[in-house]
Amino acid sequence: MPGVNMIVCCKQVPDPEAPPVVFKVDPATNKMTLPPEVKPVIGQYDEFAMEAALRIKDKAGGKITILSLGNKLARDVVKKTLAVGGDELILLEDETFEEGDSWSTAHALAMAIKKTGEYDLIFCGRQSSDWDAGQVGLGIAEILGIPAVPLARRVEAVDGKVRVERVIPDGYEIVEVGFPALITVTSELGSLRYAALKGIMAAAKKQPIVWKPSDIGLEPSQVGAAGRRTKLAKLFQPVKEAKGEIIEGETPAEAGTNLAIRLREAKII
Amino acid sequence: MAEYKGVIVYGELINGKLLSITTELLGGGRNLATALKEDLSCVLLADTVGETPKEAIAFGTDKVYIVEDPSLKEYQADTYIQVVEKLAKEISPRIILMGQTSIGRDLAPRLAFRLGTGLSTDCVDLSIDSETKLLLQTKPVYGGNAQAIFTCESMPQIATVRPKTMSPIERDNSRKGEVIPIKVEIDMSTIRTKVIEKVKEEVAGIKLEDAPTIVSGGRGIGGPEPFKTTLKELADVLHGAVGASRPPVDNGWIPEAMHVGLTGKIVAPDIYIAIAISGASQHIAGCSGSKTIIAINKDPEANIFKEANFGVVGRYEEVVPAFTKKLKELLAE
Repeated sequence: MPGVNMIVCCKQVPDPEAPPVVFKVDPATNKMTLPPEVKPVIGQYDEFAMEAALRIKDKAGGKITILSLGNKLARDVVKKTLAVGGDELILLEDETFEEGDSWSTAHALAMAIKKTGEYDLIFCGRQSSDWDAGQVGLGIAEILGIPAVPLARRVEAVDGKVRVERVIPDGYEIVEVGFPALITVTSELGSLRYAALKGIMAAAKKQPIVWKPSDIGLEPSQVGAAGRRTKLAKLFQPVKEAKGEIIEGETPAEAGTNLAIRLREAKII
Repeated sequence: MAEYKGVIVYGELINGKLLSITTELLGGGRNLATALKEDLSCVLLADTVGETPKEAIAFGTDKVYIVEDPSLKEYQADTYIQVVEKLAKEISPRIILMGQTSIGRDLAPRLAFRLGTGLSTDCVDLSIDSETKLLLQTKPVYGGNAQAIFTCESMPQIATVRPKTMSPIERDNSRKGEVIPIKVEIDMSTIRTKVIEKVKEEVAGIKLEDAPTIVSGGRGIGGPEPFKTTLKELADVLHGAVGASRPPVDNGWIPEAMHVGLTGKIVAPDIYIAIAISGASQHIAGCSGSKTIIAINKDPEANIFKEANFGVVGRYEEVVPAFTKKLKELLAE
């Protein structure tokens, strides 16, 4: 059996688990500024997408190619995908790729996927962990003209088809689709496995392939900020007033009792 | 080139009634249409739309386009997208609004890419720029740590809207409007995905979206058991439902249907009690519309205290039983 040919799209983002206080917008540049201690990571949903591909590779065998788009991508971050079991890493890396929107990003990724040649399954996270748009996966599928199944919590490949449990309101549905197909993955699928030492050593020796816009047949005017359909007019942080009232007590239990009394006074209950 | 005019709402219906997100979109869309001095319309796709066109008119739409076909009985991306693409091209609206719902999240990106236009998802505010007449689309980004305002110069401008961020207008059954049936030939050969089975994960008791009080637990709860005991007992006293932030769901302690947050359910109850929840932005995004937020957490620095109207610093295992007991007494008086 030849195995399943898979592509996983992974985005490098500022660590979304960083405490909310460190996120500061610079009004002059309309950009998010973050202190250096906030390290870049692979988007949390993209990690789940990587895990989905690895589980298929575990069972059915095959090849996983990871695509990541951006500029000055941290090698130790993107190489994590190789360390956990990815086979090849392609970086769409150029300053003209910066500041794109869902439209320009999906186009560049779709062109890169075409260039890689044959593929059976494409995996994306359900949404990025910075702009939270949730469009790129479905956009790639539209551009390539292939079916897409969003919000997968379980994926299994059988006989040239893929069986997906996809999250819907109050439950899930089991969907079957033939190759090639695109799947977006949600958090219930489960966390990305840890890299084994052997994987880390192997990844250290591998060099990613780097493609510029011209390598995927695009002009600089079609990618990144220049290729956007939506324009960012303003980035801001709504001012929050601390409104809370802390209820105290001699012991935690007494504080609990006092909370009930206070809520009754305030006519909330 | 076609002229793009009017605001159109993609309506969702279930059991012959409009979903509340649809009446919210009609309320928000009405304001935009008034600002543009253009019409508001609504599209409804179903096997049979029943009385929903009348309902849409009563909630402020001028026109209702209906497409009835047996193949539209249940949402299926490959069938629905062809119909919506055709309608968008025929009607050529300036603005298309959808809910940030299971359907909207799936349909809106597909539609935007097919039409070659931009989309902003999960908007919490929409307005018209008085100079450019462009739609100003405000949405939370960075997991709720900031907000962005987007514009899009290609037409139509498409936005999905977060539930409970817009208000319906008051229902007026005497409003007049036009109902326009549209026949769309659905090409069944384009259907590439097959639904084998739908599985309901029923949650006993009141649904989260309908509960007047929600008692939610976070990572600090430590396991599945307290959701069924400590939290459930408190919820029962207040006739409420139990919910959770993302970690308990990802750990398999409780089902996804109970997940409150950016990628789960967006709720706006009268009372929201967050227990052992740190208050990550992505959770706050799901409950910030609540009237009163109460936080119980052992960490005085937890972000949740910034959002809460009332807070207790302490281990929930000690605070909550005493709180529940006193509530019971007070409510029995």
